[in-house]
Amino acid sequence: MLHNLVRLTRYRALIQSLVARDLKARYRGSALGFFWSFINPLTLLLIYTFVFKYVMPNAPPGTDPYPLFMFCGLLPWTWFASSLTESSGVLISGGNLIKKVLFPAEILPIVTVTANMIHFFLALPILVVFLIYYKAPLSVGELLCFPLVVLVQFIFTLSCALILSALTVHFRDIKDILSNVLTLWFFATPIIYSYLHMPEAAQGFKRYLNLNPFTHLAISYQEILFFNGPFGHWKWLAALGVASVLFFFVAYWVFDRLRDSFAEEV
Amino acid sequence: MTSPAIEVSRVSKIYRRYSQRKQFATLKSALLSRSLIKNLKPDETFTALNDITLTVPKGRTLGVIGRNGSGKSTLLKLVAGITKPSEGTVKVDGRISALIELGAGFHPEISGRENVFINGIMLGLTKREITERFDEIVDFAEMKDFIDAPVKTYSSGMYMRLGFAVAIHVDPEVLLVDEVLAVGDEGFTHKCLDKFGEFKRRGKTILLVTHSLGMVERFCDEALWLDAGRIKGSGDPKRIVGAYITDVERQEERELAATDAKARESASSGVVSPDEPASAVLPDNPVETATGPADMFRATEGRWGSREVEITDVTLIGSDGEPGHVFHSGERLDVKIRMHAPLPIDDFVVGLGLFNAEGVCCYGTNTYIEELTPERLAGDTEAVFSIDSLELVEGTYKLDVAVHKIDGYPYDYHRLLHTFRVKSRTKDVGFYRPRHAWRFTGDMRFKKIDQ
Repeated sequence: MLHNLVRLTRYRALIQSLVARDLKARYRGSALGFFWSFINPLTLLLIYTFVFKYVMPNAPPGTDPYPLFMFCGLLPWTWFASSLTESSGVLISGGNLIKKVLFPAEILPIVTVTANMIHFFLALPILVVFLIYYKAPLSVGELLCFPLVVLVQFIFTLSCALILSALTVHFRDIKDILSNVLTLWFFATPIIYSYLHMPEAAQGFKRYLNLNPFTHLAISYQEILFFNGPFGHWKWLAALGVASVLFFFVAYWVFDRLRDSFAEEV
Repeated sequence: MTSPAIEVSRVSKIYRRYSQRKQFATLKSALLSRSLIKNLKPDETFTALNDITLTVPKGRTLGVIGRNGSGKSTLLKLVAGITKPSEGTVKVDGRISALIELGAGFHPEISGRENVFINGIMLGLTKREITERFDEIVDFAEMKDFIDAPVKTYSSGMYMRLGFAVAIHVDPEVLLVDEVLAVGDEGFTHKCLDKFGEFKRRGKTILLVTHSLGMVERFCDEALWLDAGRIKGSGDPKRIVGAYITDVERQEERELAATDAKARESASSGVVSPDEPASAVLPDNPVETATGPADMFRATEGRWGSREVEITDVTLIGSDGEPGHVFHSGERLDVKIRMHAPLPIDDFVVGLGLFNAEGVCCYGTNTYIEELTPERLAGDTEAVFSIDSLELVEGTYKLDVAVHKIDGYPYDYHRLLHTFRVKSRTKDVGFYRPRHAWRFTGDMRFKKIDQ
């Protein structure tokens, strides 16, 4: 397993060019090309702004301006959710490569997660514009933590993607189960409501929310980008970081165990 | 001799098969018992390779032949490292390039240029190596004008050519080739062969899986014959190919005998498909059936006639004196027709027609055409149509055999019920091969083919 992990570093160039290919191929032939990576989140943000300013002006407590608040959690979530959705099918759709070319299969989920991360990065400028527009209270110290949050999310997402892609080869149902699980997961994560400002009656749920890894990622993003005051959630984030690294090794081990079956099953 | 390039020792490959129902069952039980890996038990296994041991020394070319499903491609995939053996070990010394499916990693939306880079990296080249070889690759693929178009616009020939060009420029120590030479026009195939020749000269090791036996004979230092996952023979290409051809003929023989028997059975029991109206005929209903198909040269199988004389058996006997279904061009062939006439008959003609697979009549004759006047036919008799030398090109042929009256009234007409195959080492075309020889005068010479 470790040998395989080391071998993976030799394939950096391949991962790089496959990510580039993924991004190029996605918008190839469309008139606006790469701009869609900006336009999609921009439209989303404008719609939310309109709806929560004029249609439903009563934002949940502590989340004003609500569109900005929501966006801080939604963008990372989109990265996470689309990574998982895509990687659940990536070994099957890339079956040709696995069956006909000598090629370490884990590259496929890695490329999926990385390509989605680039999309996340491409959407960030929009977020920055809105942060400036709403005069969000940013501090340099907090912003320095931002890459760390991204790193933890990357490791966590990649671990999930590895396990999912490997298991979907054997149990194709996972693809369908996943879309339902992700919907549930979305609402179980403080993205459209604030963990820090939950009503009295719902305080009991916090215990369960804490079990959700993405809760801590979302709160970290919100504290860094949205909320005033110190980044108080860093302990949780650090714990999640350690757990994610451990989880990655478990996920890679599972993937490695199932590796030999891919060429036969996809 | 140095260490071998490919070393396969006692390798078996067992494929597992899961039925669809079983998959659901395993998902449920796997989730319940929380042991996903343990529960991936197959309900059926298929042994693709069984205890294979082989070594290919450096610089040698090994040709692997065998029927479909004999495990050739599995062997190649094991050597390439794409799948792992269930038992045994595979050792390969040096960089491998596997031409298993050309252009396997091509993405249709992006240009040929970008795909060459990605494919090259996948096959183990660095970016710089590809840049260095890029022009050579494009030239080889004859793709200069299209290299910047998206791959989805390529024809399948262009796709394969580009894939081949990338794979061949990886500059491997060990080249694995799986039946990929049918990728282009004549010219491109020659270029590929030249490239292989160059590889050979430069001392690279090649493992070639192919159905082209001529290529194995011409090109390989050694041949390996796989049959149902086992090695059935290995060694000198000529000898192995010869043995393989003999075995294939024996197999064809068995299959033809079976189809033949089936055709005759269904014809005589009257169970023939309804689009052959004249064929399903009972002996006690001769009037309707007496005509046969209106167009006698239209090839539909069947049997009809009054059975006042019955053809009880037709056997084809080759030069070895044994009945069979596969014969060689230029050899002797006897068609033995056994007949039975319950009552003596004085009006009869025995005829025979030879058709090729497209239903074209190659030859037809009967005793009346050849001015033999019938006198008496009674009881069990036998007629032998003897061909000294079968002057036919390779192909499948069918026989009409009939006994009828001089005016055409059929006693027993076997329409295309007897099939045989002619084999030939010369791949000439048409169906008739006249006995011939070439003579050349003046300053005109041909190279002697060595090997």
